[in-house]
Amino acid sequence: MKTKAFQRIYTRIENITKATCTVLADGVANEEMAYVDSRPAQVVKIAGNRITLQVFPGTQGIATNAEVVFMGKPPTVTVSDAMRGRFFNAYGQPIDGGPAIEGEEREIGGPSVNPVRRKQPSELIATGIAGIDLNNTLVTGQKIPFFADPDQPYNIVMADVALRAKADIIILGGMGMPHDDYLYYKTLFDNAGALDRIISFMNTTDNPPVERLLVPDMCLTTAEYFAVEKNAKVLVLLTDMTLFADALAIVSNRMDQIPSKDSMPGSLYSDLAKIYEKAVQFPDGGSITIIAVTTLSGGDITHAIPDNTGYITEGQLYLRRDTDIGKVIIDPFRSLSRLKQLVIGKKSRKDHPQVMNAGVRLYADAANAKTKLENGFDLSDYDKRALDFAHEYSRELLAIDVNIDVDKMLDTSWALMGKYFSKDEVGIKQEFMDKHWAGK
Amino acid sequence: MSTRGKVTGIVANLVTIEVDGPVGQNEICYIDYLGTKLMAEVIKIGGKNAYVQVFESTRGLFVGCTAEFTGHMLEVTLGPGMLSRNYDGLQNNLNTMDGTFLQRGQYTAALDDTTLWEFKPLAKVNDIVQSADWLGEVTEGWINHKVMVPFTFAGTGTIKSIAPAGTYKVHDTIAVVTDSEGVERKLDMTMKWPVKIEVRTYENKPRPFKIFETGIRCIDAINPMVEGGTGFIPGPFGCGKTVLQHLLAKHAEADLIIVVACGERANEVVEIFTEFPELDDPRTGRKLMERTIIICNTSNMPVAAREASVYTGMTIAEYYRAMGLKILLLADSTSRWAQALREMSNRMEELPGPDAFPMDLPAIISNFYSRAGYVNLRNGTTGSITFIGTVSPAGGNLKEPVTESTKKAARAFYALAQSRADSKRYPAIDPIDSYSKYLEYAEVVEYFDKALEKGWVDKVLKMKDMLLRGKEARDQINILGDDGVPVEYHITFNKAEIIDFIILQQDAFDTIDQSTSLDRQRYMVNKVLDIGATAFAFDNFDEISAYFKKVINLLKQMNYQEYKSETFGSFEKELEKLLSERRKAA
Repeated sequence: MKTKAFQRIYTRIENITKATCTVLADGVANEEMAYVDSRPAQVVKIAGNRITLQVFPGTQGIATNAEVVFMGKPPTVTVSDAMRGRFFNAYGQPIDGGPAIEGEEREIGGPSVNPVRRKQPSELIATGIAGIDLNNTLVTGQKIPFFADPDQPYNIVMADVALRAKADIIILGGMGMPHDDYLYYKTLFDNAGALDRIISFMNTTDNPPVERLLVPDMCLTTAEYFAVEKNAKVLVLLTDMTLFADALAIVSNRMDQIPSKDSMPGSLYSDLAKIYEKAVQFPDGGSITIIAVTTLSGGDITHAIPDNTGYITEGQLYLRRDTDIGKVIIDPFRSLSRLKQLVIGKKSRKDHPQVMNAGVRLYADAANAKTKLENGFDLSDYDKRALDFAHEYSRELLAIDVNIDVDKMLDTSWALMGKYFSKDEVGIKQEFMDKHWAGK
Repeated sequence: MSTRGKVTGIVANLVTIEVDGPVGQNEICYIDYLGTKLMAEVIKIGGKNAYVQVFESTRGLFVGCTAEFTGHMLEVTLGPGMLSRNYDGLQNNLNTMDGTFLQRGQYTAALDDTTLWEFKPLAKVNDIVQSADWLGEVTEGWINHKVMVPFTFAGTGTIKSIAPAGTYKVHDTIAVVTDSEGVERKLDMTMKWPVKIEVRTYENKPRPFKIFETGIRCIDAINPMVEGGTGFIPGPFGCGKTVLQHLLAKHAEADLIIVVACGERANEVVEIFTEFPELDDPRTGRKLMERTIIICNTSNMPVAAREASVYTGMTIAEYYRAMGLKILLLADSTSRWAQALREMSNRMEELPGPDAFPMDLPAIISNFYSRAGYVNLRNGTTGSITFIGTVSPAGGNLKEPVTESTKKAARAFYALAQSRADSKRYPAIDPIDSYSKYLEYAEVVEYFDKALEKGWVDKVLKMKDMLLRGKEARDQINILGDDGVPVEYHITFNKAEIIDFIILQQDAFDTIDQSTSLDRQRYMVNKVLDIGATAFAFDNFDEISAYFKKVINLLKQMNYQEYKSETFGSFEKELEKLLSERRKAA
């Protein structure tokens, strides 16, 4: 960091905690960026001339006479088309060895969209994963998390979604991402030759946790640039939001705030909503869609983080290991996309809603049959057929390694239903039966 | 000269201002940030320091910014032209704002001051008037909007002059009133009122007694709402809270619907913006938007304005109630409002109550709910505000402070159950956990006796008993197995299933079934109770389920037909035939 002539420098630090320090200074603006002993920091509290700074990398080794330089502006990101294919840290600085970005400097965490200027989301985003496209269809302008246990391959699924989704720009925000996963993403994107539409902001496990707080806003301010200025369809991937919330808790704790449920700050709902609500469909065609990862602790969704997330997002996706087929699938029962009604049967084939419901219902019959089997009851012929159907349905459609288009998903569903069931067992409207029925 | 001050401290949206004169609790001030005025409300005073919550982002604010105090609390502007508007929590018109993004410091007028209104006087010269008396009326959409003496008018006054019938703008003088001090006051069609204070211009507030028709069977027929009543809907996410509120807004029998979208998803409000101007109001044939006002403060808009939004909605409702109208006020979700209170209390370093909510949360909630109600106006007419709020309990646990405090304040409780939502039994209101205290009101019982059918409330209670017995029977069957219980248990369970499928469940997407008239509900409830009272002859449990499935299917088909139509009748005949097959000879 170079100091410039007009910058004000202070050296009277009064108070230091693990994440914050308080310095005596004048004329400081709220949320202004500063450097404490060359470490990036942000103003979080002003009481007269006592300025409390949140020091992102932590305060280890900072002395009371350290230099504090105020930057006179809130955190910013420099946006331009040249960001495509680049990797940045939480401060928006390149970490891929490439040159600095030249372009427009924008404050991050800007104002929200006037709700009357939004448009109702109505465009389908295909991912090729049938567990998503067929049963939990995503829509541009939607926000949806994966609720996953830490041992599940959510980062791999996210990478697949990123590579396959028909989006103009994909922005990946990594928070507390294991360094190995970061390298995985980097190699994968390189090899896929998809780099020119991917932009990444990375905070890995070897970076200080408090830095993560900047990552979502960096991603979303960049997303707004592309969605508003270029009318681009932007997909933002945020992983892992649980680690983001943990960082919020650390800071609020250091500032002596009273914790609410699960030691989380009382403002957790608003803090998360501010991020997720950046998902939007603009009238001019640009959109921001957010797919996030919220890791759970032992599948507990009543914990404050998934609970507040569930109230904010438009549905959630669950991963589950299906031991019958030995693959990870998108759980069709607990997953939900609240916006799918806006597109299925409208932007996809007309039989989509009915085929989706029939498929899941028959899959549920198989689950009941399985319970029966486990409890030692005899299976009926229908039960046996349902089990066979479920096995194939899981392998051909629910597994996360499936990559086909929506029409093919529908055709596969028809083929499987026709193979195992009779006409009156599937309960689909006659007009679709006449057109698509593939069985006897 | 008004009080001024200087900013001395900032934490998030809590700002400390050192003042040079008197300031009032809840007074509004504007902080000057490099020429942009940021609105704020005083929430604590200590010595020369006023602690204010800013209704906007405080980014960039610094020590030394000046502030000017206005001398009044947070107010809304009331007058013709609010119908069909989309306001934010501070009553700024969202449609007249510039740009795609909300710019801070941008405040837009609540009323359009250029619209011409066709005014007809109702009062005449020398009439003695007091606050809220009707001076005249204008036609606002399809509502006879009364132009009233301002609610703030103290004592009585005499009308010195009143404008003749004609077209006027909202700020044109339409009357001159000499007040009790002998001062002549020019009145126009608008007035201001502080949102946190209840409007008490009515004669009295009796106990509510009239049924408030919602068209939703599990409310009307099981736990009815009354005109001027209060209710709340708690439920974990994904149980259909918002869908239920939208249904209420679409079908409830009210003159005016005010929807407060308080800290919820923006896309849900966009859904109202997109659909309500298209949907027809089944009663008037007009568009739903024509009887709707939306107060929209979504979760990403400033927290302090979220807290204000519910009060803004309530005050607008009180204004229209004073015209003798029937208003339904919906707030989704009051938990977000409570969370806004918690965030501020936390920043002021107050000692916290349970789950870090402020200690006086129950009092704040109950004060708010008590502003709803059925009122007799001084001129002999009546008006009402029916208030239904949703609660989003953390972790779906109903033993959390917001749900518990609301339970003490609201008289009807519509518990959404995850288990019902999971089995797609919509609306997912649990019939056993939910209640309506209004069923205990003698006035309500009497009203039902007259308006619907003698002994109606007893029938409602009978249905509830049947549901409870059905649940007990099902529990026994689950424990002891299908053949481990007497056949009678299966019949009891299936009779309860009939109530569940025919009365409780309702298809929100079917044009006929989505809203049911009271008369039709009466008919179907009697039908179902008749079946409940019937003794059936079965020897074996395995015939029962298939038989009742057929019964349910026929009743369901009846629900899907036009009431008393030919097809309705033919399904009914088929049903009678089916019932007679198994009816035990007396």
